[in-house]
Amino acid sequence: MLRDNDMVAFFLIILPLLTGLIAFSLKEEKVVKSFAFLSSLATLAVSVLGLTLMNTEENLQFTAQWMQPIGSSFSLKLDGMGQLLCLLTAISYPLVFLGSWNASYKKPNNFFALMLLAQAGLMGVFLATDALVFYFFWELALIPMYFLSSQWGGEKRIPVTFKFFIYTFVGSVLMLIGILYIQSKTVSHSFSLNAFYVVELSSKAQSWLFWLFFLAFAIKMPVFPFHTWQPDTYEQSPTPTTMILSGVMVKMGLLGLLRWLLPVFPIASYVWGDVVMSLAIAGIIYASLIAIRQDDIKRLVAYSSIAHIGLMCAAIFAENKSGMQGVMLQMFNHGINIIGLWIIVEIIERRFGTRKMSELGGLAQKAPVMAIFFVIIALANIALPLTNAFAGEFLMFNGLMNAKSNYYLWFTVLAGLGIILAAVYTLNMIRRIFYGEVNELTAVATDLKLNEKLALGIIVGLIFWMGVYPQVLLDVTDNFSQELVNKIDISHLFRKQ
Amino acid sequence: MNALIISAILGVVMMFSGILLKQKTAVRNVAIGGIIILLLANILEMGGTVFFTIDSRGMIAFDQFALLFNTIVFVSTLLYLLLSAKEIEKVGVNYADYFALIFFILCGITLVSSFKSLLILFLGIEIISIPLYILTGSDKRNLKSNEASLKYFLLGVFSTGLMLMGIALVYGARGTFLTVPDPLVTVVPNALLITGMSLLLFSMAFKVSAAPFHFWTPDVYDGAPTVFTSFMATIVKAAVFIAFIRLFDDAFEGLQPQWRLWIAVITAITLFVGNITAVFQQSVKRMLAYSSIAQAGFMLLSLYAMNTEAKEGLLIYAAAYCLATIGIFAVLAKMNDYTFDGFNGLARREPLIAATLTILLLSLAGIPLTAGFLAKFYMLKATIATPNSLWLVIFAVLMAAVSVYYYFRVIQAMYFKEGNDATTGFSPFFKWTMVLMASLVILLGLFPDLLLNWLYF
Repeated sequence: MLRDNDMVAFFLIILPLLTGLIAFSLKEEKVVKSFAFLSSLATLAVSVLGLTLMNTEENLQFTAQWMQPIGSSFSLKLDGMGQLLCLLTAISYPLVFLGSWNASYKKPNNFFALMLLAQAGLMGVFLATDALVFYFFWELALIPMYFLSSQWGGEKRIPVTFKFFIYTFVGSVLMLIGILYIQSKTVSHSFSLNAFYVVELSSKAQSWLFWLFFLAFAIKMPVFPFHTWQPDTYEQSPTPTTMILSGVMVKMGLLGLLRWLLPVFPIASYVWGDVVMSLAIAGIIYASLIAIRQDDIKRLVAYSSIAHIGLMCAAIFAENKSGMQGVMLQMFNHGINIIGLWIIVEIIERRFGTRKMSELGGLAQKAPVMAIFFVIIALANIALPLTNAFAGEFLMFNGLMNAKSNYYLWFTVLAGLGIILAAVYTLNMIRRIFYGEVNELTAVATDLKLNEKLALGIIVGLIFWMGVYPQVLLDVTDNFSQELVNKIDISHLFRKQ
Repeated sequence: MNALIISAILGVVMMFSGILLKQKTAVRNVAIGGIIILLLANILEMGGTVFFTIDSRGMIAFDQFALLFNTIVFVSTLLYLLLSAKEIEKVGVNYADYFALIFFILCGITLVSSFKSLLILFLGIEIISIPLYILTGSDKRNLKSNEASLKYFLLGVFSTGLMLMGIALVYGARGTFLTVPDPLVTVVPNALLITGMSLLLFSMAFKVSAAPFHFWTPDVYDGAPTVFTSFMATIVKAAVFIAFIRLFDDAFEGLQPQWRLWIAVITAITLFVGNITAVFQQSVKRMLAYSSIAQAGFMLLSLYAMNTEAKEGLLIYAAAYCLATIGIFAVLAKMNDYTFDGFNGLARREPLIAATLTILLLSLAGIPLTAGFLAKFYMLKATIATPNSLWLVIFAVLMAAVSVYYYFRVIQAMYFKEGNDATTGFSPFFKWTMVLMASLVILLGLFPDLLLNWLYF
């Protein structure tokens, strides 16, 4: 059943899955924490191996027989984007565990077990090259997240996370219809990605299938106007879960666009590109304006995330290589940056019991190290040169400027406005939390603990590394982006007429 | 043929066991032993060992499809008895009779899963229905149970009348009771045949509680003792579905243009009514009654599509639905409070029960990794392959999304809410049977071939 030597992709899923199941049975909080941390480190090691030593064609593929009669097989592949996103997932988990080491939860075994199961689901989504397997993991990543948020979240967690669940569930079942329809149209009645890429669909069919798929991905990212679940869910979830949700899980939607939407429906993507870009850009402006008015740090970061994702979505529909490479880079960077922000938010919330900026102030005097870290990460969030996000956003704007759309200039200018607004709310946030008068609450503030310094230090290290030398990551995805752009190029259709 | 004869004999045996055996445990063990014998006999027949050969003159045909379905039914009944046999004894004094009636119903099920003649269909449906009327009213001192029984009886008899009328008209048009008519005799679809077929369609829709013929369902399911509701809503309903699809596949395949639209409309209404009404229920038992209507709507899709995938899918659906619903009802029967609040905080007191219940509920909601997902998946796949049915598919999945709402209310109550102590204890045996059911659901969700390979021996 298995071919030999093809285990990297498989291990990336099976490792967190098994350790997650084992974690359910552990009782001591310390033991569970260390166990989960070690497991995430092991996954990271496998992921890095896949990028470096074992980076050969056959190592990165995995196929096993499964549900043969209905045309599906359990096939995984680590292509450029897969490598990048698996690396992001693998890096995120140790950072999340390390950053929130001091937080304690009721029933820690269930908490960490579900976190690891979610990781297995996420890896599966990033690796699957079979539509049915993709759908399986798409849902499986959601279930542990739902339980995590509903069990350990804030006061209003039950209705809020339920809304999140129903939203994404509706999107994914609509996608399932699309998958089934395309499968019935493929020559070999297969669910495999390659069969999907060569399937002949009329442009009318492409149009409605496009929206079935897009809805699922748009809800997940989220793109305006399907974003309403997001700020509430981010706010109510326990912060480690929020880190995974915003840092890694939103990438599921972007990956969906890049792997399952554009190459399968190139005509519809071209036709509807303007509409989607308009929605994305509207989302950037809208979310940034709301972020300016927020008092709760968590909600502010949540809205800022909508704006960032909107820019990535717009750049994807620019459909050129520069834009794609920018998106790849930015998917990784956004994940790192936002996890950094959440770690500090979590520290603030745990120390002071509040997330309201109006109740904080003057922290820089009491906790200078925290202030330095926060400022660096926040500046990376608004894409200052030398930080990681600058490279990504620069490439994306370059992509937008060269988009085939008639309105490319408008899109670029309006998206650029988003950057300015981002500077407004981010700098304002820094000012209100770290500067100004020290009040009763912040007077007793203490600085970072060792584990927090370590996690944030790694993040800041990554920020500068990717800011100065992003080529490492760009090389990983170079082939993938080029192939993608070739696949979605429909200019030959125009020439014929 | 094995199962048909043995189940009838076992029914009689159970009736006498009440007189001969004084201990409750003994009666229960005889029933469980009986169902195991039945299951083994049926599996042997699948392998080709037939104990009894009776010339039925082509009126009954035990093909692989029928035998596989019988196996699913017997396995479900076995699990049902393992979980709920004690509850059956609590319903009334004549507990041995209840077991006997259950075996007679199984006898009827073997008939409706294998009929090739309309007469046998009628016989089978009646053998199923009459014991059900009795079981519904078995809680004699409970007014609701009596009311449910009477209601069920009156409406059931009415629909049986319709069915008989339909059979008569079809006989008039075709000149035979056999469902697969002589291919040499061509029958033009005339008014007689169409009317007969429509009457059969409506009466079968009544039996599977498809809207707008569903009005008896919530009251009857609610009024009947919970153990019997469990049996009625799962095994019996699945059996009638098999009869439904066999009837329309064999007898009326040529008339598909005439009935397909009817089925589409009935399916859509059933899905809508079942799901939307379930959202507003406060009692879990009533919610499950409406959920059974909603699930029937999904199963109707197999009738609408009527291709190989649909038939395979219906088997998976029957298995998935029976397993999940029997498990949930078994837990419900042990609760003192049937409202959603009754489940509050169950996860804290009974983590294992709560976890297995969650898996079963996820299966009903159609979340991947469970049998329920594959069941829905097969239905959708079969439907999408038929032309011009996209609207129905989209409607069906949106309704499936609605169903998530009420299934998750139970999960939310168990895990995220603080609760009171409102359960009678669960024995270790009960817990492990629940674990077995949950693992079966997941196993079937991962490897449907385990079940479907039996079809193609």
